[in-house]
Amino acid sequence: MEITVRSLWTMIHGMGFGALYLLACSGALVELYRLTFSSAPSESTPGQERFLKVYLITMAVLAWAAVLTGAYVIYPWYRATPPPGTADLSMFPQHLLMSSSTTIGWHSLGMEWKEHVAWFAPISITTVAFVFIRYGRDLINHKQLRATVLGFAVASFLAAGIAGFFGAMIDKSAPVQGGPTIQLSIGAKK
Amino acid sequence: MNTADPVASSKVPALTNGSGAAAILSAGIGSFALAVLAMAADKSAAITSLLVLYKPTGALSGVTTAAILIWLLTWGVLEGRWRRKTVALGRISFVAFALLGLSFLLTFPPIAGLF
Repeated sequence: MEITVRSLWTMIHGMGFGALYLLACSGALVELYRLTFSSAPSESTPGQERFLKVYLITMAVLAWAAVLTGAYVIYPWYRATPPPGTADLSMFPQHLLMSSSTTIGWHSLGMEWKEHVAWFAPISITTVAFVFIRYGRDLINHKQLRATVLGFAVASFLAAGIAGFFGAMIDKSAPVQGGPTIQLSIGAKK
Repeated sequence: MNTADPVASSKVPALTNGSGAAAILSAGIGSFALAVLAMAADKSAAITSLLVLYKPTGALSGVTTAAILIWLLTWGVLEGRWRRKTVALGRISFVAFALLGLSFLLTFPPIAGLF
């Protein structure tokens, strides 16, 4: 069982940071919705409040890690220009996608949108985390602020969802691969 | 019918809403700046070359770095001005969501291509 360094980084970016962020979003949205629209007034305990703050900070870190690894580690491999005359474009995903009319849309629409829209996720969730940390328990006295924060969390989820969807689809059509190989385990012969 | 906020306690808020409003509006402005810069880089070769801060990533490096700086700078200025104030959060939220919505649309290639 082996994996290339580029594939490993793609996994860390997409499945490690991105997918984990999307999973965390669902939990945060439920809690923020409950906090915003709950019909049963409840004050969270200091422990619950601390947990939500740590949870939101972790989400912000995941979101920033996802966009930064995406832009500065994976994207340069994705957009690398092949030397003139290169016939095998498998190591040049952007050019591989653009070489066929059946796949060009994954780049011209998918990647072109993903590379920008993804950044709205960390910006929005950082705002959400900041408001929760700044206001703490006093947020129960700011209904409008709670509703707005919920809206920003939804926007963050949407941005991450768009980026995640196109990331997964692009990686199916033209995976980022290459680099040194890491041997994970040696299987027994059949 | 009881129209009171079901979650809110009867206490008066200890903090004004200014700090939250500053964070929200600056996030909208930062996102919008990113969308506008991305469009500008797509339309002009001169702007593209100006925004290449890290060559392997291309103009995306400058677009996002500039947008983040605009976001944080705006946030700092608004936080300084509004921290102790109660502001019209409804209007500010509307503007922030409008900017965020426009940002989603303007980064969508078929719409960005119209300009």
